Amino acid sequence: MSQATQTKTQSTAATFRALKCKECGTEYEPKAIHVCEFCFGPLEVAYDYSEIRRRVTRESIQAGPHSIWRYREFLPVDSDQPIDVGTGLTPLVQANRLARRLGLNKLYIKNDAVNMPTLSFKDRVVSVALTRARELGFSTVSCASTGNLANSTAAIAAHAGLDCCVFIPADLESGKVMGTLIYSPTVMAVQGNYDQVNRLCSEVANTHGWGFVNINLRPYYSEGSKTLGYEVAEQLGWQLPDHIVAPLASGSLFTKIYKGFREFVEVGLVEDKAVRFSGAQADGCSPIAQAFREERDFITPVKPSTIAKSIAIGNPADGVYALDIARKTNGTIESVSDAEIVDGIKLLAETEGIFTETAGGTTIAVLQKLVAAGKIDPDETTVVYITGNGLKTQEAVQGYVGEPLTIEPKLDSFERALERSRTLDRLEWQQVLV
Amino acid sequence: MAVKVLIPTPLQKLTNDQATVECQGTTIADLLNSLESSCPGIKGRLCDDNGELRRFVNFYVNSEDIRFLDGINTALSDGDEVSIIPAIAGG
Repeated sequence: MSQATQTKTQSTAATFRALKCKECGTEYEPKAIHVCEFCFGPLEVAYDYSEIRRRVTRESIQAGPHSIWRYREFLPVDSDQPIDVGTGLTPLVQANRLARRLGLNKLYIKNDAVNMPTLSFKDRVVSVALTRARELGFSTVSCASTGNLANSTAAIAAHAGLDCCVFIPADLESGKVMGTLIYSPTVMAVQGNYDQVNRLCSEVANTHGWGFVNINLRPYYSEGSKTLGYEVAEQLGWQLPDHIVAPLASGSLFTKIYKGFREFVEVGLVEDKAVRFSGAQADGCSPIAQAFREERDFITPVKPSTIAKSIAIGNPADGVYALDIARKTNGTIESVSDAEIVDGIKLLAETEGIFTETAGGTTIAVLQKLVAAGKIDPDETTVVYITGNGLKTQEAVQGYVGEPLTIEPKLDSFERALERSRTLDRLEWQQVLV
Repeated sequence: MAVKVLIPTPLQKLTNDQATVECQGTTIADLLNSLESSCPGIKGRLCDDNGELRRFVNFYVNSEDIRFLDGINTALSDGDEVSIIPAIAGG
């Protein structure tokens, strides 16, 4: 958007200098690579924080674009004009009705169900990945996806004029398939689960010169999730919350929210403070929650079986890092059943007017479970991350949300139907009370 | 026991830029030794000092993760395809 270029008066050199192995520390040039050649550890972008501190103030950020690019200095791109489709700066909603229902006092929802352009947090990571892909000279971009990432990669590639080929498991929700096909990418529906799709894509990435956002561009891509940390800090009036609850799939989002908070402390934008990190998984795919429960420091992969397909990653790459963060911040990692996930989706919709997908239902259900177990202090400022939109996973709630009352276009038909629905409501109440 | 091994990009420097290597081995452990003799140095990249597979390395035999089979002792048959994949993020 035009504001990005207006506020950037001088051409600024990149604030990142290298990729660094998270395990052994070996440094690499910032190219399209994601794995350490020596120990296979993941590579992460290394920044010059004193330079960022010199360039950035609260005011300079507030004067920036109404998108993730207001935090440009913290992101691994060096283009003057990154791909800006209005991604980010989604509402942080004070969830008073949900809070009251649960017995909490300061609850907020970070609502990425309305992120732009494709209604999930993935637009953040893809905006960064495709900007970097363009800088590195790729003309074709690709991804392995459980749906949301495919939507986002296809849409933003269309906007940027990049060729796109996405790989999805063949059994995805129809809304997610349609929400990809509309942008006219090549779509490969793989007969297998997400982990199999991911393995296949790694093999393709070895031989085709494509930019896979979550494989060879992963170090850049994953940095986009940090903006979920920055925005919450800014929207809370430049302070950190006490506790966050987020869904866990690969574990990347969770670790990057943490990194975002730490970076804001590092450059002096917020005061340091202990933030507890709690994670949410579905029972049918809970390798990280299982490891947490059993006090293991390694992840045993599982074969997913849950309605929460967007977070059904049986072999989570950043699982060990997510475990580490939950433990060292005194957080918890919990899992919930598919029935609880559906209830979570409905609860958020009924109390806050937000229709989330299954990942959000998982997160709300875990929030409920943590409150019931006394693991969230009612007075903690708690932020729950809702990362996707319910319109994409309508199958999950089909049959659980009732039916419209069909009536004739006559007043008495309406009155009868209204009376009947009130009676049904009362009966439901009685059932609950008994 | 000839087995086809798919080599990930970060290791292709050790295989003369080859993306696949033909190898011998009756188990994954056996295969690792055979790989090491044809591509010296590769085992040290895949295993830690105790000889255990590093935690970010995934091995698949005919598309199945060896952690769902017998791990490093998973048996191999003639014509099997073994894929070595770094852990990757998703969504």
